[in-house]
This record gives sequence, C-alpha cells and structure tokens, in this order.
Amino acid sequence: MYTDTAHDAAHGEHHDHGPAKGLMRWVTTTNHKDIGTLYLWLAFTMLLYGGSMAMIIRLELFQPGLQWVEPHFFNQMTTMHGLVMVFGAIMPAFVGLANWLIPIMIGAPDMALPRMNNWSFWILPFAFTILASTTFMEGGAPAFGWTFYAPLSTTFAPDTTDFFIFAVHLMGISSVMGAINVIATILNMRAPGMTLMKMPLFVWTWLITAYLLIAVMPVLAGAVTMMLTDRHFGTSFFDAAGGGDPVMFQHIFWFFGHPEVYIMILPAFGVISAIIPTFARKPLFGYSSMVYATASIAILSFMVWAHHMFTVGMPVAGELYFMYATILISVPTGVKVFNWVTTMWKGSMTFETPMLWALGFIVMFTIGGLSGLMLGVAPVDTQYHDTYFVVAHFHYVLVTGALYSIIAAFYYWVPKWTGHMYDEKLGKIHFWWSTISVNVLFFPQHFVGLAGMPRRIPDYSLQFAEFNMISSIGGFAFGLAQIFFLYIVIKTIRGGVKATDRVWEGATGLEFEQLPSPPPYHSFTEAPTVK
Amino acid sequence: MKVSPLRLAAIPLLMFGFGFALVPLYDVFCDITGLNGKTGRIEASEIDNSQVDKSRTIEVRFLANTGNGLPWNFQPLVKMMEIHPGQVYEAMFRVRSASDEPTLGQAIPSVSPGLAAEYFNKTECFCFTEQELAGRETIDMPVRFVVGTGISENIEQITLSYTFFSLDKG
Repeated sequence: MYTDTAHDAAHGEHHDHGPAKGLMRWVTTTNHKDIGTLYLWLAFTMLLYGGSMAMIIRLELFQPGLQWVEPHFFNQMTTMHGLVMVFGAIMPAFVGLANWLIPIMIGAPDMALPRMNNWSFWILPFAFTILASTTFMEGGAPAFGWTFYAPLSTTFAPDTTDFFIFAVHLMGISSVMGAINVIATILNMRAPGMTLMKMPLFVWTWLITAYLLIAVMPVLAGAVTMMLTDRHFGTSFFDAAGGGDPVMFQHIFWFFGHPEVYIMILPAFGVISAIIPTFARKPLFGYSSMVYATASIAILSFMVWAHHMFTVGMPVAGELYFMYATILISVPTGVKVFNWVTTMWKGSMTFETPMLWALGFIVMFTIGGLSGLMLGVAPVDTQYHDTYFVVAHFHYVLVTGALYSIIAAFYYWVPKWTGHMYDEKLGKIHFWWSTISVNVLFFPQHFVGLAGMPRRIPDYSLQFAEFNMISSIGGFAFGLAQIFFLYIVIKTIRGGVKATDRVWEGATGLEFEQLPSPPPYHSFTEAPTVK
Repeated sequence: MKVSPLRLAAIPLLMFGFGFALVPLYDVFCDITGLNGKTGRIEASEIDNSQVDKSRTIEVRFLANTGNGLPWNFQPLVKMMEIHPGQVYEAMFRVRSASDEPTLGQAIPSVSPGLAAEYFNKTECFCFTEQELAGRETIDMPVRFVVGTGISENIEQITLSYTFFSLDKG
C-alpha cells in the first residue's frame, strides 16, 4: 500500500543508508527509531524538570510554616509539576516506546506516517517551551492546579494563562497525530501472519490507548478553547453571570481526564505483560482475557468521570451510579493483576533489573489501585477528597505504576536498542534505591491525608510535621536516584557488554527473534514471516 | 482490515465538536433533573391554589450576594420564611447602589438542595430581567414563588440564593 515502485527504482542505491550526519539528522528524521529516541529524551528531560519542581514542593513542606517560597509560587510549582509530568514525562515516554517498539514488534519497516511522526514530536519542545516560559512572565506560571478548574483559570487567572491554553492545544495536536499514526501502523502494516490476536500485548494496549487519545484529547482542546473564549471573546461557558456553569467545566475536564489516566497506564500494562513472561520463562497466562480486560477498562473509562467530583453536589442516584461504575473497573484490572501473578506461578523466575521493576510495578500499582477503590466509594470520598490521601493514591499509580513500567521497559529493551547491556549491578541499586525512597516518600502521605491534611497548600498543621519531614527525605532520595538513572542511561548508550540478539533467555517476539542487537537503522524492509 | 488515516482524523474532529455539544447536553440534563439548582418559571395562571398542603411546613432561607465587583448592597428583607407546599408566597429583596453612575446587573438564582430546584417555581422574579439602578438608587424587588407539592418528604429546608452580576462593560 505504501510502496511506490517507480520511486524505489530511482533511489534503489540508497536503500541501506544509515542516519544522516550531524544535528540536522534529529531535526529532519522520519525514522521511527530516531523519533522514539527523541521522545524518550524529551520525556527524561521533562521528568527531571517536573521532578525539580517536586523537590521545591517537598522542600517547602519539609517543615510547617512558610520557609522557602511564596504561596503563589508554591501553587505554580504544584500546577506545573502536574502538567509537566502528565503531558511532558509520562505521555511522551510511552509514545517514544511506541515508536521504537511497535514497528519492530509487528514486522513493519517504519511507522505509517513518518513525516507526520516528525511533526508530532517537534511540536512538543515548542509546546513545553511556551508553557515553561510563563514562569518568567508577569503573573507567573499557571497556579490553578493541573486540572485548571474554572473560574480559577478563567475569571481569576493571569494573562499568562493564554500561553498555557496554546501549549495545551499544541500538546493535544501532537498526541492526536501520534495516535493516528499508531492506529494506522498497527492496522495497516503488520507482517503477513501477524493477526490481531497474535500481536504482543504492548501493541494491543497501545492500539486501545491510541483510540482513547483521539477520543478525548479533542475534548480537552474544546475545554481550553471554551476557556479562551470565556476569557477574551465574551462567551459564558463557565461564567454563572452569563448563564454558564463552572461545574460544567469539571464535567468536561474529567470527561477527558478519566480516560487520560488510562492513557497513562494501559501501555504500562503492555510493558509488564512483555517482561513478566520473559523472566518467568512461561507464556503470558490468559492472553485473550488480557486483551478483553484492556478494552473493557478503556470503555468503562468513559463512564466514570464524575467520581472525581463526588463533593461538588450530586444527587444520591448520581453518586451511586458513578460509585458502582468506578468499582466495576477493578474487575478487569484485577484480571490483569491475577494473570501476571499466574504467569509467574511455578515459573523458572530470575530477577534481572527489568523483572525487579516489573514486580515493583505489580505490588505498588496494586497498592495505588487499592487506595483508588477507597476513593471510589462515594461516602468515604467525602472525607478523602482533596487531601494528601489522593496525592498518595495517584502517585502510587503514576510513579510506581506508569513511571516504573517505563523504567522497566528501558532496562528490558535498551540492550536491543543500543546493543549494549546496562550495568546489572547499577540497575539493581537504582531499583532498590528508588523503591525504598518512593515508599518513604508517598506512604506517609496516606496517613496525613486520612488525618485531614489538604493537598496543594504550602503550609500545614503541626501534627503533620513528622510525616511530612519523612516524606520530604524520601522525596529528595528518590529525586537523586533518577539523576543516578541518567548516569546509567548515558553509560549504557556509550558502551557496555555486547548484548546477544535474543538479549534475554526467555525473550519472545519479532524484535528479539528476528533482529540483531542493535537493529539496523531500517529494519524489516522486507516483511518477516510470522508463524 | 485496513484503515485510512484521513478517515481516522474524522474521529478527533467529531470529538472536538462533541466537547462543545456537551454544553447544551449539560443544560438539558440539568433542566430535566434540576441538578445545578436552576429554578423554574411558571405563569401565575398555572398555579392551583386548591392544592395547598397545610400538613407540611418547609423552611425557605434567602441569600443575596453580589459578584464581579458590582457596587450594590443587596439583601433579603426577610431572611427566612415558613411555607406550605402549593401556596404562593412573596419575598422582598432590597438593593442599593453605592455608585454615583447608573449601573446594570443581572441576578442569577440557585436553589439548594439541588433536588428541590425542580419543584421551586417562580411566577415573578427580578432575576427574569436585567435591573438598572440610577446612581445611589434603592429599590425593593419582589419574588413570587411556589414550592410544588410533589417535593420529596426528606426536604425540610430550602435555600434560595441570588447573585447579582455586573453587566457593565469594562
């Protein structure tokens, strides 16, 4: 479908060309591997940027009282930390993994729309430069929380909010283009014999994630467009004075926002479903149930958004519906966790670094899932709402969930990508350092949250002092561990023990079975055969 | 199964439209269920005075606020009334402009609990139209309302809140 024979004949002599030389290679590249690498580096940069803001937050919360920053600046930090981590770190990291892995997993020569792929990526550095530049403007960066509820983000927001709106539009366009690319690649470019139900689960989870992206990112774009017209063009979508309703903002936002949390976790499920079977040396238990569970989670994610809003005032019938629908999601999620555990059952397990991160994911993501169940129960959510319990919950699912799976994916596939094994000892130190510190960081936040400490506030009552100090110490240690990770990444790229083509004894899939480590710049120019 | 990227692009375009379609959907949904506390309006002729339920007494409280910098002092003359469902009552609100210039405002009503909104109907209200006050003017404004007899047994208190917003440009 995408081959043009005349074109091929004219340029036949360039068929095996490698990457162009110099910096322009990265600017003009349409190669899925290059673009994957660019995405991953952007995500890492944003992780450190968002992480540095987390350090400022933890520094301020180290002791009660106002120590280091002004409350308004603190608000900017919590807001930008959330925005940067969600849109800058987690999402681009998964798109980077998709770019690197989907073509070599399904036997395709590249992504379906390589030039658009280049655009999807290169929009993002501009979007984040625009967003970050607001920090240095009069009025400061967004300070209304990453959820930018109206009227905080409309009537009461500084002029810099327009930069934020434009940045969100750019991120949305990038995500939608990337998602269309993923869907077109998966549906059109699979090698002969690679039926849908033979695809690796990472490909399946990304296919479903891509559909979520094209369904909800435009709704977010609609929400910020309404904000923009409310702010400047006299509309009253969210302004009661003109007949609008600020609560409607929350409904529209969370109609995007809840599928968004699954956009950030479904590809993680795919990563874990690749790693666990390799190191348990058993095929994944219940492959088709995993596919159906992923699809069920995606569909349910459109029907539960108001569980973020139990306290805005809802009739009992609404609370009951959203509560039951929310709790229902634990069924397909439970299917996944039990399938991973069953995959390991009586397996010949070894515990190389990727497996450690994957196991850490299963244990700690489940802790986050459990606190999620508690939050999903409407009557008790009234107490937990907007406390540190919520902060603890979503950091367990996003840091020890999504981020852990990304790090696991790095250790698992980096020997394939670079041809170098990472340093196993350093990888294990990174895991244990991160895992101990991340629990010191986030576990106490459950306690202060249950005791009533509100989130997004730069000061707190004295009775929360000890737990906050412990939490901050964990935070600093966890932040430092990721600088250590940067060292490991650079060290692995620059050299290391030569990786075998199979990399792991139990590894399966086209990328391990049919490609060398590292794969050539253009791989699968002729489609492999899939049994 | 092959898919065309251009056809795929229709999905985000449709969803962008759907985001805006949520606005009227939300209004219709709230209108039917009364969820966002917006009160209803009926004609005086629609009221059937024979349906007054003397066996029930509901406490109606009044709140008055001003928003977005409107220089008005706005208060209910009676803070609370005991009413029977089905009967028409009148409550007075007083507004005094603290500005030397003429000012224009619009009152937005809200009823709490939200479930009462469906049964809270007004035959006359200053919130139906824009209000213009001359400099330093004081006016009294009536609200005539009736609470429907079908209202849930569990509701013993209703709060009717008005916020006056400025309609002056700039």
